[in-house]
Amino acid sequence: MAKNTDSNLYTVLFASGMVLIVGTLLAFVASSLKEKITENKRIEKQQNILYAMGVNENDETSVEFVSKSVVAAEFSKYITKQLVITGTEAVEDPNAYLIDIKKEAADAKNPNYQRRLPLFIGEKDGVTLYIVPVRGKGLWDAIWGYIALDDQLVVQGVYFDHQGETPGLGSNIKERFFMDDFKGEQILDGDTFKGITAAKGNADPKNMNKTDFQVDAIAGATITGDGLSAMLKKDLKMYVPYLKTLKQ
Amino acid sequence: MGLLSKKDAKLITDPLADNNPITIQVLGICSALAITAELKASIVMAISVIFVLALGNVVISLIRNIIPSKIRIIVQLVIAAALVIIVDQILKAFAYELSKTLSVFVGLIITNCIIMGRFEAFALANGPWKSFLDGIGNSAGYGIILIIVGFFRELLGSGTLLGIKVLGDAIEKTGVYAYGYENNGFMLLAPMALITIGIIIWVQRSRNTALIEHN
Repeated sequence: MAKNTDSNLYTVLFASGMVLIVGTLLAFVASSLKEKITENKRIEKQQNILYAMGVNENDETSVEFVSKSVVAAEFSKYITKQLVITGTEAVEDPNAYLIDIKKEAADAKNPNYQRRLPLFIGEKDGVTLYIVPVRGKGLWDAIWGYIALDDQLVVQGVYFDHQGETPGLGSNIKERFFMDDFKGEQILDGDTFKGITAAKGNADPKNMNKTDFQVDAIAGATITGDGLSAMLKKDLKMYVPYLKTLKQ
Repeated sequence: MGLLSKKDAKLITDPLADNNPITIQVLGICSALAITAELKASIVMAISVIFVLALGNVVISLIRNIIPSKIRIIVQLVIAAALVIIVDQILKAFAYELSKTLSVFVGLIITNCIIMGRFEAFALANGPWKSFLDGIGNSAGYGIILIIVGFFRELLGSGTLLGIKVLGDAIEKTGVYAYGYENNGFMLLAPMALITIGIIIWVQRSRNTALIEHN
């Protein structure tokens, strides 16, 4: 039987059928894998936080997290305390790392909403580290990271990641040569908050000067670098009042 | 060839050189410019496109007789998008690390003109096996160019290959940098990908003059 595939009725029926089949298929795939994906994301968060505080399996140039199988144990071993800061209050919460920063930032647009700021306190080699999560915009999509500070507010390690920055350019924010530059940088100039800027032409490509509040930017990734600097300024600033109390 | 008839084999070998999607048909240029700043990204993109195009071609070919011609482009787009999303979800659940590397490519694969081009030009008119071979051939042809461009851009732009410093250290001035060599940062920007592809087209046509168009 020859079908008239050009008739309007057939076209409408075909389109509806296709949408139904493809939609069901995608919904089925998404919902049956959801649990596993959420679990993967939770593990990744723990790995990222540990990475920032220097608990990782890096060799000379690689970026290696602690392996999936031990991450839960390592996380409870190194992270001694998790705080949720609301206004001037800091409350302990063992699941603070699960707070969705993106959602908090969106909710905070409502002036009546008290934003919850998670802060992770860890201890490595006798040094207490304060790990701050940050989130901002790159060129194409979201960028985020974790900044580990000591009680003098000197950066001891960072981890950055991104959703969709250009491979080979903006995506290099998660490479060692960029992240390692942040180690030792200050964020406070005396008492004023300065943040850290990914700067072009700061004439310090080896990053010897640790008190200039700058790291060397990545060539070809201007917008990503600007977004990263803005993210550090904006999100670190929210923690400064609390972190300053540590310095005294 | 024992496995493939001569005609079938041509479906794979043609797009590798004489009918290459990038250098001859000039399709898929957008992604070739965007992601070839480093070799690794080029390889990942090549593999992903091989997978999606081969599978998509088979699906389109199987339903080619029942697709209403009025909405065939949308149907093709839906199938390409659905395939890519399913692959992405499965990777997220079972190979999370790999999926993170691929995430930026997902959008690029769906909009890749080679995918739509082959669905439209080949899969709609041929059987599943032939379409499968055509998909492999065209995406491999695309992949080869991507890898060549990625090789030169990463080597000349960053002095590395797959992240390994093959030319020495630019900051410590070791290797060739000791003799005053500098990385060409311009290679990392998209215009140089276009110029690199232009050079490949030039080399290819000067070797095979039958490819030159005469007006």
